[in-house]
Amino acid sequence: MIDLHLLLIAMIIGAIIAVEVKDLLSSVVALGAVGLVLSIAFLVLKAPDVAITQLVVEILALIILIRATLRKDLPFSASGRWVLNTFIAVCFIGVILVVAYKCFKDLPEFGYPIMRVAETYLKEGLPKTGAANIIASVILDYRAFDTLGEATVLFTAVIGVLALVRRIGRKRADETISDKEEY
Amino acid sequence: MSREHDKGMSVIVKTITRLTVGLIFLYGIHILSHGHVSPGGGFAGGIIVALSFVHLMLAYGKDVALEKLPRGVTSLFEGMGAIIFLSIALIGFTSGYFFINFLAKGEPFRLFSAGIIPLCNIAIGLKVGAGLFAIFVALVLLKFDTESKENKK
Repeated sequence: MIDLHLLLIAMIIGAIIAVEVKDLLSSVVALGAVGLVLSIAFLVLKAPDVAITQLVVEILALIILIRATLRKDLPFSASGRWVLNTFIAVCFIGVILVVAYKCFKDLPEFGYPIMRVAETYLKEGLPKTGAANIIASVILDYRAFDTLGEATVLFTAVIGVLALVRRIGRKRADETISDKEEY
Repeated sequence: MSREHDKGMSVIVKTITRLTVGLIFLYGIHILSHGHVSPGGGFAGGIIVALSFVHLMLAYGKDVALEKLPRGVTSLFEGMGAIIFLSIALIGFTSGYFFINFLAKGEPFRLFSAGIIPLCNIAIGLKVGAGLFAIFVALVLLKFDTESKENKK
């Protein structure tokens, strides 16, 4: 339990560094550290599937952030109405804390989840689906509809990104695009 | 020196990349195809396969990477993964309902077991890998108007 708390504290520190630091590259690196510690936390909680997915997604997101969106002439605004912004932020944090305190009282204790559905999966998963990895049997057999929805969301996201950033959609009225510079 | 040494990073990075990129690709295939017997699965395996091509692109520049995996092939893989996944689900109607496990279950802990689950993993891996590599290529090659103006000056 103590190791999990240490990991959570490290994640909070990394997130604060990522917000507060002035250099954009340092901020992105701090964000990557938060993702790495989150992956280790999943490993401590004995969820290797989620840990692997978190790790590789974090690496890809980090590479895209550093390589594709980090430029020196990116507009960066440090000024603003900080009195109003701070007031709104403090109000929201207070509301969230009160609501979370009321909600989390009714949840089962950490480490003792409600196993009503999961017990059936654990008992019947291997003989009924034949998959030794219980997570594969859940996400691709019992809950395959969710995976289909997730695949649809990802497909839509890829199509949306490709349609938004293609070169031909951003040209001026008098410009002509050759085949070579399609992006 | 050949043409592929002109662009990209230094010779050290290129040599290490040439040695490791195949291993990363094979590890992605392993994670993808053993998703039903060990941790991993289609999503993680597909991203690792995409990362091997991202690795190639970072080290050698976009020309070499897009020669290995052209944009048309990326779109084809993405669409093919989605269609394979949906058609596996639809074939289930021949023996019952949507997403029924219609193949033989086989012996647990073997590679060829668990019916349709490995096939679904492969389809999802194709889709995720090709889709995320397409997003990476599109965002890396994206040039804003201000930059292209500065380049012309």
